[in-house]
Amino acid sequence: MEPQKVVEVKGLTASFDEKEILKDVSFSAKKGEVTVILGGSGSGKTTVLRHLLGLIPLTQGHIEVLGKDISNLTEDEQLSLYLQLGVFYQNGALLNSLTVGENVGLPLNQHSKIPKPLVEEIVTMKLGLVNLEYAYHMFPSQLSGGMLKRAALARAIAMDPPLLFCDEPGAGLDPISLESLDNLILNLKNLLGMSVLMVTHEVSSIMRVADHIVYLDEGKVVFEGTVENAMKSDEPSVKAFFSVFRNQQK
Amino acid sequence: MKLKKKKKPLQYITNDDRLSYRYKGNTLYLSGNLKLVESGLLARNVLKKLSALKPSALFLNLDQLEDIDSSGVMALYFVKGKLAEKGTHVEIEGGSEIIREKLELFGYENVEKVSVPPRRNYLEQLGGHVHHFFSSYVYGFLVLAANVFYWSFADLFRRKTRREGEVVNQAVLIGVNAVLIVLFMSFVIGLVLAMHSSGQLQVFGANIFIVDLTVLAVMSQMGPLITAILVAGRSGSAIAAEIATMKVTAELDALKTMGLDPIRFVVVPKLYAALITMPFLIIVANVFGIFGGGLAGYIYLDITPEVFINRMGEVMQNKDLLTGFVKSQVYASIIVLTGSFYGFRVERGAEGVGKVTTIAVVVSISLVILADSILGLIFY
Repeated sequence: MEPQKVVEVKGLTASFDEKEILKDVSFSAKKGEVTVILGGSGSGKTTVLRHLLGLIPLTQGHIEVLGKDISNLTEDEQLSLYLQLGVFYQNGALLNSLTVGENVGLPLNQHSKIPKPLVEEIVTMKLGLVNLEYAYHMFPSQLSGGMLKRAALARAIAMDPPLLFCDEPGAGLDPISLESLDNLILNLKNLLGMSVLMVTHEVSSIMRVADHIVYLDEGKVVFEGTVENAMKSDEPSVKAFFSVFRNQQK
Repeated sequence: MKLKKKKKPLQYITNDDRLSYRYKGNTLYLSGNLKLVESGLLARNVLKKLSALKPSALFLNLDQLEDIDSSGVMALYFVKGKLAEKGTHVEIEGGSEIIREKLELFGYENVEKVSVPPRRNYLEQLGGHVHHFFSSYVYGFLVLAANVFYWSFADLFRRKTRREGEVVNQAVLIGVNAVLIVLFMSFVIGLVLAMHSSGQLQVFGANIFIVDLTVLAVMSQMGPLITAILVAGRSGSAIAAEIATMKVTAELDALKTMGLDPIRFVVVPKLYAALITMPFLIIVANVFGIFGGGLAGYIYLDITPEVFINRMGEVMQNKDLLTGFVKSQVYASIIVLTGSFYGFRVERGAEGVGKVTTIAVVVSISLVILADSILGLIFY
């Protein structure tokens, strides 16, 4: 049986200041898979992600996230959808006025009836998953860039969301932290059945975690398929991207 | 160590809506899903009921559990820990392979919580605050002031070190753009001051002294003070916010690594601009404050403009002009230094910018009033 689709985008077109950023973008992400959106700088990856999250109003096209048409959601439906999503922002986007522990515990405290001591233990565990238990009482301004990213991931997975969005999770991380982050994403996928939609440039990360690739070039989807097929693709931009990886391996 | 199961009389706990559990012997059989919602149920209701039973040993059996998430795993360990505190030895047993894997991945029962550092007693805290105030604020402010004044003097004739047009640009921002508000506020305050005094003066038949009162009050106190407070609110906050934002976005670091001193590059042009424009703003404030007073004198005490101007010439002294100029230089320095000082002290990103901006305005206005009192005593 074909896995259920967690994200479906059809004919997404978007313009800013009369410049067309996305041109008839269509792709889908399946349940329990890691889907990676790839592409050069300015290809529209982050714009796609922001559309999926409902942060940019949809003007043309159709988007379904977890089976819901995001253009026709009431406020309550949107909230209920947001509660099922984890979002890992590129710069962490932790609230500076809260400690790392409070940041991670925020969705749990706000949206569940779990007693506070248990929330604290869950937060400690989540921070432990990203090797950041010691930062529980620290403020985001006291963390390095890599630590901020890991703390942001802990917050994104605080509620064990069925769908996790990651915007450039590996950027700025050292290879060891990147590998452990990838392993964590794989564990979340395998054990919790979490679906992941990721925007990344890190080829090593793509090779480790990706099940499905969507390649954007100048606002258009030029390739969609598995990593194996992507590596064999004749599409010039995809070929160029993976040839860089092959050269690095040599 | 594996526990030996004891046979106990059957005891049942009623099932709740979302999580099914059955207590038999010394084993709690969990079935259904143990996820985020059910975790709260387990950690509250089930724990409460188990605590009431006070078993000496307990097995948490997961054989019939269909699914569990990370919150569920932590809820199990939470229950285990809480019961252990009351002397119950708890073991988690059974469960499918995937559930055991999840227990292993998310099971942080031995993670030591990072404790909050112990709080110092009040006396220690007070001592710490006083020490911090002098070592950090007073010392830091003096060091900054020394740096700024040194470089503003040293760079006076070295135009190369400044961005071209920056002093003019800052003069427009700090001075020219403040003219309208200074003009309006001084006029209103002069008018209201004279208006309220006119009734009292009329009682004693001392109408003409409205000129003395207005001129002296506006030139020696109100004009410079109102101008300084308005500039502190407008430009002091802008200076603090600009420097704080530059620090947060690492622009100051970029300047340093390009070999440019942020004090010379950012602060000194602002100080020049403030020192140049403040005397003119004070003149504007004086003129319109006196004009407001004159208008009130004309309306309420029938003092004609000619009489007012003639009397004004007698009352006004060169010392008042000098006082105004000295005050303008002191206030300008206070506003720029305070704004810069707090801007450089920013911490914690965007939130910190708002915080230092507010503090900069409050402190600079307070310092201006303090300086006004001291200068008032000196020039009295």
